[in-house]
Amino acid sequence: MSDLTPDRTADPTGSAGVESKGGDRAQYGMCAGLAGLGVLLLVDAARLAPVQSSNDALGPKPVPIVLGVLLLVVALFYAIDIWRGGVGAAEEGEDVDLSAGSDFKTVGLLVVVFGVGAALIAPLGWVIAGSLLFWGCAFALGNRHHIRGLAIGVAISLITFYAFAIGLGVNLPAGILDGIL
Amino acid sequence: MDNLNHLIEGFGHVMTPGNLLYAFIGVVVGTAVGVLPGIGPAMTVALLLPITFGLDPTQALILFCGVFYGGMYGGSTTSILLNTPGESSSVVTALEGNKMAKAGRAAQALATAAIGSFIAGTIATLLLVLVMPQIVDFAIDLGSPDYLAIILLAFVGAAAVLGSSRIRGFAALLIGLSIGTVGIDAVTGQQRLTFGLPQLADGIDIVVVAVGLFAVGEALWVAAHLRRKAGSVIPVGNPWMGREDWKRSWKPWLRGTALGFPFGAIPAGGAEVPTFLSYITERKLTKHPEEFGKGAIEGVAGPEAANNASAAGTLVPLLAIGLPTNATAAIMLSALRGWGFEPGPLLIEKQPVLVWTLIASLFVGNTFLLLLNLPLAPAWAKLLQIPRPYLYAGIIFFAAMGAWAVNGQAFDLYLLLVIGLLGFAIRRFGLPVLPLIIGVILAPIAELHMRRSLQLSHGDPAGLIGGPVSWVCYVIIAIAILWPLIAKLVRMARGGGSGSGGDGPTDRITISTEATA
Repeated sequence: MSDLTPDRTADPTGSAGVESKGGDRAQYGMCAGLAGLGVLLLVDAARLAPVQSSNDALGPKPVPIVLGVLLLVVALFYAIDIWRGGVGAAEEGEDVDLSAGSDFKTVGLLVVVFGVGAALIAPLGWVIAGSLLFWGCAFALGNRHHIRGLAIGVAISLITFYAFAIGLGVNLPAGILDGIL
Repeated sequence: MDNLNHLIEGFGHVMTPGNLLYAFIGVVVGTAVGVLPGIGPAMTVALLLPITFGLDPTQALILFCGVFYGGMYGGSTTSILLNTPGESSSVVTALEGNKMAKAGRAAQALATAAIGSFIAGTIATLLLVLVMPQIVDFAIDLGSPDYLAIILLAFVGAAAVLGSSRIRGFAALLIGLSIGTVGIDAVTGQQRLTFGLPQLADGIDIVVVAVGLFAVGEALWVAAHLRRKAGSVIPVGNPWMGREDWKRSWKPWLRGTALGFPFGAIPAGGAEVPTFLSYITERKLTKHPEEFGKGAIEGVAGPEAANNASAAGTLVPLLAIGLPTNATAAIMLSALRGWGFEPGPLLIEKQPVLVWTLIASLFVGNTFLLLLNLPLAPAWAKLLQIPRPYLYAGIIFFAAMGAWAVNGQAFDLYLLLVIGLLGFAIRRFGLPVLPLIIGVILAPIAELHMRRSLQLSHGDPAGLIGGPVSWVCYVIIAIAILWPLIAKLVRMARGGGSGSGGDGPTDRITISTEATA
């Protein structure tokens, strides 16, 4: 059954966009991340008091310890796999063009916009922060029609606020516009 | 026949004007979001789960069932009109569906998908009504050790059987399990991986995890690789089918349903295998083999029916055992638990009204879907032309809204961003998302059953092994884990060529080679 699973890794050209010559070295970063997570789990587990009682023979420690050890083991096998030339196929999609390199400028800008937007929701309220978030993300993604971007942002912020916060009772703050909306 | 009475009672709860309105809203919003390129059913339900937070459980459930079916159907529209399936279960639909659309038969392709989904969904939901009580009878005798074994089987199935690279599957699973252990330990009250942050004490909300992985991760990933010109969308009129199309569609619908439901119902089944099997079945049985590869209607009708039937099938283990077998079901499980229900064999006994209302709303949602989608298809097709900066800005906007709606705190949004970056990384390195999300949701449940088993045996590790069910599970797990070794030994015994690496993808058949074979 497993042999019928649609498989994208089997196609070596599937990862052509990501530097395929001499293996994909960046994978070692992921591998290090896994090992780091494993160490983190072990350190955190060591801190826990070994509480055991008659109705809880296991206590809270063993599960994170087992997970931590398994993460280290998997990181090791992962490293071996990378060393032998294993590549995970980067995900494709309708709007994804893997033939060019990664555009980290756009990603970085999105992360900044999102962080600022998140910080603004509580003080300014959903409608203003949401509009700015939408406009900022669209800008980061290449939109240069600023007025249109902002107008759409305001429109969907107002629609979601009235439809979801007031209509369906979702928890969204009115912020400084409280009383006006 | 008791079930039928319950079901009729369930319909009684759904068939009020107010509740029908919720079902309608759910289907419309679900389809509208599901049809957007890049958004699969799992992302749709994750993004839209927060809009149910303000409702009472019954209405939330009704709305959510509409979203579930709407999201499913929206995906197939995208793959037919854009040839770029949003998720692996629509890959097969795109094979013939997009060829049909290019040949000017988009209307028929959409119609056979819509009607096939309706028929498959209805039959599969009826099967659910018939099968679920049996599974419940079986599951009611299962103890904690058995549950533990079943969950471990689901873990191994998601990590090692589905997907292409086992090591990457296990890596994703372990990341998920680690996220799932964050928070205060339910038994001893000790904080694990919370780093002293009070916001982490209750664990990381699954909405944040799912929306972060699916929506934010996808948006960041696309942002790094944005195709500067959008794919061309094929214009479409109202879906309709001629007499010949009906004649060629009804058998594939039924065969697709028969394949989809059982695969959906088993752990690690999913929709990929049955849609693919349905495709090869139809290609073998067709009277028009020359049309396959050029837009054969059977190749859309069968896989689409299989896809929908398997979606209903996943509800069997979800409701009867509390075991999600795909990402969408995993989010539904956390939704049900969020509303205060614990899926499992006792659910149908303790909350019969809820279960039968849910099933009745599936029928209702499915019917709405058909009524809506035939006339609205041209409008949905327009959604595909949204300029990409607006589309992904909108996805991030809704993701932020959903994460805020959980607790109303900015902390969740920063967490969302971190998990979004994790989602970026797993897309970049080809780690599968399913084991990760299943790990997050089932980690606490697995630990609970493990500790309960040991509690019953007073700490004796033998208590971890239960009855025959757990034996069967552990044998399957052992085979799945040792499979590369077994395959190697078999090859060596045959004296065949040199064994390939254990984790290598070499011994698998790709869908493309199969399809052209």
